[in-house]
Amino acid sequence: MKPRAITEKIGFTSLIVASLVVVLILFGILANIFYNGASVLSLEFLTQPPRNGMTAGGILPAIVGTFLVSLITIVFAVPLGMFSAIYLNEYAHQGKLVRLIRLSIRNLSGVPSVVYGLFGVALFVRLFHFGASILSSGMTLGLLTLPWTITASEEALKTVPKSFRDGALALGATKWQAIRTNVLPYAIPGMLTGAILGLARAAGETAPILFTGAAFSIPSLPQSLFDQFMALPYHLYILATQHQDIQKVRPIAYGTALVLIALILCLNVVAIAIRYRYRKKARMAQ
Amino acid sequence: MDPLHSSIHPADEIKIAVRNLNFYYGSQKALENINLDMPSHQVTAFIGPSGCGKSTFLRCLNRMNETILDTRVEGTILLDGEDIYAPEVDVVDVRRRVGMVFQKSNPFPKTVFENVAYGLHINGMRDKRQIAWMVERSLIDAALWDEVKDRLHESAMGLSGGQQQRLCIARALAIKPEVILMDEPASALDPLATKKIEDLIQELKKEYAIIIVTHNMQQAARISDITAFFYLGRLIEVDETRLLFTKPKLRQTEEYITGRFG
Repeated sequence: MKPRAITEKIGFTSLIVASLVVVLILFGILANIFYNGASVLSLEFLTQPPRNGMTAGGILPAIVGTFLVSLITIVFAVPLGMFSAIYLNEYAHQGKLVRLIRLSIRNLSGVPSVVYGLFGVALFVRLFHFGASILSSGMTLGLLTLPWTITASEEALKTVPKSFRDGALALGATKWQAIRTNVLPYAIPGMLTGAILGLARAAGETAPILFTGAAFSIPSLPQSLFDQFMALPYHLYILATQHQDIQKVRPIAYGTALVLIALILCLNVVAIAIRYRYRKKARMAQ
Repeated sequence: MDPLHSSIHPADEIKIAVRNLNFYYGSQKALENINLDMPSHQVTAFIGPSGCGKSTFLRCLNRMNETILDTRVEGTILLDGEDIYAPEVDVVDVRRRVGMVFQKSNPFPKTVFENVAYGLHINGMRDKRQIAWMVERSLIDAALWDEVKDRLHESAMGLSGGQQQRLCIARALAIKPEVILMDEPASALDPLATKKIEDLIQELKKEYAIIIVTHNMQQAARISDITAFFYLGRLIEVDETRLLFTKPKLRQTEEYITGRFG
């Protein structure tokens, strides 16, 4: 073989190996969790509260808690993120200030989640007097997802051609009419995709909810948004590290992890489905 | 005023009158001291080499340049005697009265019907029967009705390039403008589709003032009544089309129309 062909071969092989390693690690984790957690999965596990000091029963309160917190996160972060993105991309004068804002938003995504947790305590729990609650945790996670939501929304807005805006403006549309009727309909799927991916990350976070409302154990389901709650990631953390009989609860910990991963996988699938439909539509518009 | 630019029409027919217009992109002057009258019921063509400012000037006439950052206009543009850049004038009203067809046909990814109805909807028309009637009327006027009447509720993206451009014309007609600006409307079309657009322009000028930018001098000669030659941001010469193309007064104009530069 010629030296050039050999170099080519080596390069190609290392790329494949690197990709395979990544895939193997992912599947290794999934297989491990599934293997260890599948045995506890049952209808009872999904529909009962924990019993006997968490060594038996299910994880229903944690599932409900995570679901409610995610709901608050979406309701809080999606409109806020979308409107910010619309302002930044469509209205704001593209000067130094907007560049600074954008840079700050990008950097926010690098802030450790525990810092968000402390900020959530100061702002929502203390200042707004929401207390340690579903509301405080949901909004704290909302802040965490904002950089994702805003960035994805801006990208989605940028994919809408200027000719859609100009075409509408030339027909006597006001700026907001043009955006509402001829830009947003084509950008919203992309915006939602970003929001869901942000949520998928937030739903698995422990640190931000740790100080703002997640509880060690509350067997009953929350009655209002101002209640404390159990959440899947925090429950998993407790079972894996804080329980007095870690060996005994290990299968339940794995089961909890499995449910959490399944939940996040579902969110990602939804995001992919939206993006797929959106791409098809976008291709039609070419 | 420069005698070359003096009015060649009776005053009552002038639809748009431009006086001492300067235009800037940032600090760069793109148009310098333009004076021009454009009459109703006639086709005014802007010709000139790329970058001469003819498209920029066209976009001044419905204030579309305002969508571009850091631009500035000086001077006045009178539409029926009223300055469209006056502070009390709503830009939305200007654009309703002065419609525009873009170089690259830009139908919205909606159905044929929705494309034409779009301008009616945003202008507050709610009566479904009236909208349907206006859509049909506009498509007939844009010489497109027969080709699309059976596919009104299919995506406009499925139309051919020429059909898409006529759809954009129909869309502009639907809101009953007084002036129609066309920025090289046929530059991306084949000769047959171009011919259809040109025939359509001849029909439309009976009702509207048509102002068209074109790269194609033969096209300007075929379809326009008045031709204005731009070069380097200045209006060099304007005259009745047959005179400008047969007896240009300036050497620059002659060199351009005979193809010696540009």
